[in-house]
Amino acid sequence: MKSFDWKRNEVLVFAVIVGFCVLATLRDPNFLSIPTLTDLMRNSIVLGIFAVGAMVVLVSGGIDVSFTAVAAFAMYATTVILRDLAPDMPWPMAFAIATLIGAVLGAINGVLIAFFGLPTLIVTLGTLSVFRGFLLTFVGTLQISNLPPGMRDFSRWMMVRGTNSDGSFYSLPWAFAALVIIVVATWFILNRTMLGRAIYAIGGAPESARRIGIDVRGTQFFIYVFVGALAGLAGIIHASMARISNPFDLVGLELSVIAAVVLGGARLTGGVGTLTGTLLGVALIVLVRNSLIVIGIPSTWQSVAIGVLILVGTGLPAWQAKRAEAQQT
Amino acid sequence: MPSDAQNAPLVTLEAVTKRYAAITALDSVNLTIRAGEAVCLAGENGSGKSTLIKVLVGVEQPSGGRVLFDGVPQTRLTPTAATAAGVQVIFQDFSLFPNLSVAENIAMTAERATGTVMVRNARAHARAAEMLARVGVELDLDARVERLPVAHKQLVAICRALAADARLIIMDEPTTALTEREVARLLDLIRTLKADGVAVLFVSHKLAEVLEVCETVVVLRNGEKVAEGPASEFDSASLTRAMTGRDVATAPPAPLDPASPALLKVEGLGRAGAFEDVSLTLHSGEILGVAGLLGSGRTSFAKALFGLACPDRGRVTLDGTDVPLGDPIAAAASGIGYVPEDRLTEGLFLEQSIAHNIAVGRFDTHTQNGVLNLGNLWSEAADWLKRLSVKAPDPTAPVRSLSGGNQQRVVLARWMARQPRVLILNGPSVGVDVGSKAEIHGIMADLAAGGLGIIVISDDLPELLSTCHRILVMKEGRITEEVTGGAKVSEADLSHRLAS
Repeated sequence: MKSFDWKRNEVLVFAVIVGFCVLATLRDPNFLSIPTLTDLMRNSIVLGIFAVGAMVVLVSGGIDVSFTAVAAFAMYATTVILRDLAPDMPWPMAFAIATLIGAVLGAINGVLIAFFGLPTLIVTLGTLSVFRGFLLTFVGTLQISNLPPGMRDFSRWMMVRGTNSDGSFYSLPWAFAALVIIVVATWFILNRTMLGRAIYAIGGAPESARRIGIDVRGTQFFIYVFVGALAGLAGIIHASMARISNPFDLVGLELSVIAAVVLGGARLTGGVGTLTGTLLGVALIVLVRNSLIVIGIPSTWQSVAIGVLILVGTGLPAWQAKRAEAQQT
Repeated sequence: MPSDAQNAPLVTLEAVTKRYAAITALDSVNLTIRAGEAVCLAGENGSGKSTLIKVLVGVEQPSGGRVLFDGVPQTRLTPTAATAAGVQVIFQDFSLFPNLSVAENIAMTAERATGTVMVRNARAHARAAEMLARVGVELDLDARVERLPVAHKQLVAICRALAADARLIIMDEPTTALTEREVARLLDLIRTLKADGVAVLFVSHKLAEVLEVCETVVVLRNGEKVAEGPASEFDSASLTRAMTGRDVATAPPAPLDPASPALLKVEGLGRAGAFEDVSLTLHSGEILGVAGLLGSGRTSFAKALFGLACPDRGRVTLDGTDVPLGDPIAAAASGIGYVPEDRLTEGLFLEQSIAHNIAVGRFDTHTQNGVLNLGNLWSEAADWLKRLSVKAPDPTAPVRSLSGGNQQRVVLARWMARQPRVLILNGPSVGVDVGSKAEIHGIMADLAAGGLGIIVISDDLPELLSTCHRILVMKEGRITEEVTGGAKVSEADLSHRLAS
């Protein structure tokens, strides 16, 4: 039993990331550079925010697959509202609207799951489809490439900008700060508040949580509203950074996000998951998506590579645990 | 520990009655528990024990009578009020959080009671350490509870109750999952708690073990209190009589015909890390016990006999023919049956019907030209249900709806339908109430009388002593001695040989 360290997944993922970087550097000495790093960070923003939300749901013993539809809905609806009603609205207001729309959609999940007691996968599979259909039917299907000025301003707002020695430009938008703030805030909620511990408790043993007087329904409702709000925020950041609001975007990413979280050590059965692991999982998935070509693997192999990582990354510790158990009896 | 005269009652039930529609679960039950006192609440399944707990902790409201804490009548008792009054339940499954640390499990209830919004790690750790010191055990505060052995989980649950300022701890079936040595340690802890003024209510149908630390015994049957008195006046037999309302025979097994042929021979069977060099001979009509504590290798040995674990060396022969090792299907085909320790996860398809549970594994014998002959299947199932007197509404009901004793009989019926030569029973009466247990023992005796060889693996020593012709003692993976069953050896003596 001792050999099964709880940090195992994180360590394993970290080792794979280091290995990947070593391989990539051997093939292309320019790989280890500031532009690569800022690319990785920029591409982790939206995926990272999604993953933080997905992790909180997994920890509570549920699963949410609707967050991409929530994000697309919040993103596109906010863009339409800004374009038609208040084109000059500053970006913080736009962000607030998108977050609010996300929270309201998340609350629909929350009501169905916490108060009607329906299974989380079924509810979110249903709402994934409903939110997306509603968006395309009633809000619109056309891409908006002429974003309202507030959102455009935000996307041009750079934290770091410069030129590398070989003349390539690099930049990191302030949107990255959003990910940092969300990670810090979520860490605080999960580890420093009784609410966060209640989320872990519910994921570990729901009946025991009920017996010691934890408000299971209230906590679950909070989780889905929280995740919805995060998804709304991720959506509007996505549109701002892409400088286009496309209602067909984002949906389809949900399994990659859940894969990243599971790679980072969160258990699908609930109760276990860390932000460190989640972020490492996201970093690995982003690396594979962006840089597989650098180590000489054609990008068509991307999904194969991600699949193998999931099988090895989550299968190995599970197999080891099983062997340790078999040795005992 | 004699209760002082000035000791006012901590909890009093006055003529508490609970009716669910037409059923009376509790019928005007009186009960008093004083500080520092331990009370045994005995009763079979369905006797009203669980309802009484639910009323005490405020989950259910009594239909009549009242509950008093410290002499104050409680109107509409809620779980919160019961907790505030210091009533804590330790459930049979302990109700812990497997994914959280020992410290968090212990401190969480108490921390929540303070109404804090923030996690106070230092305070929680200190509280947990203090409780562990109080029960006199050293555990890693940061270890995850899922990694702990059962006995330690129970200690964590007790610490959690103490951390929440428990004055009355209700323990539901506290000894079921523990070995004899762990039970002894638990009893020591209970004595310490009593000296501190904590009251304990044991709720169980396996109470003989806890009698020595109890002042009072209360027996429920069909919702009524049928017996009450000082613990010193009860013993295993009188307790059983009170719980079942009848005398349950514990006659030693009928002597074995010395001429009966050897049936199963095990020679030098071993599996690295589990058991070594086990040899035994089982005769036709014999019931052979294997006594061992948890971790003695008894379960690995039982599984190896049936091919569920592959031994590294040795051989098993049945009627002189080799039984292939490590192959349960071959073992079953050669006439060995195995009833697992945990019938819920290893023995039964809970959601499926009783009839299917009996027929499973033998569908080929009910098949005609590839089509299942359901009529045949049903009649055979019904026949076995009758022969083993399973109390079932009908064979189509899911197995989940049966009581533990009846579920065990369904597992037995499945094997009997295959007409095995040797039956291996691993913990045949775990989680089965006293009445059913005696009936299962009766079934075993009948089967043996019919020429079957039975191996019983258990740590329930009274069970082994009353059913087996011979008992092999297993320690650290080896058979250390052989004891003749029946009344020639006392339970205490056997227990000593197991643990020493």
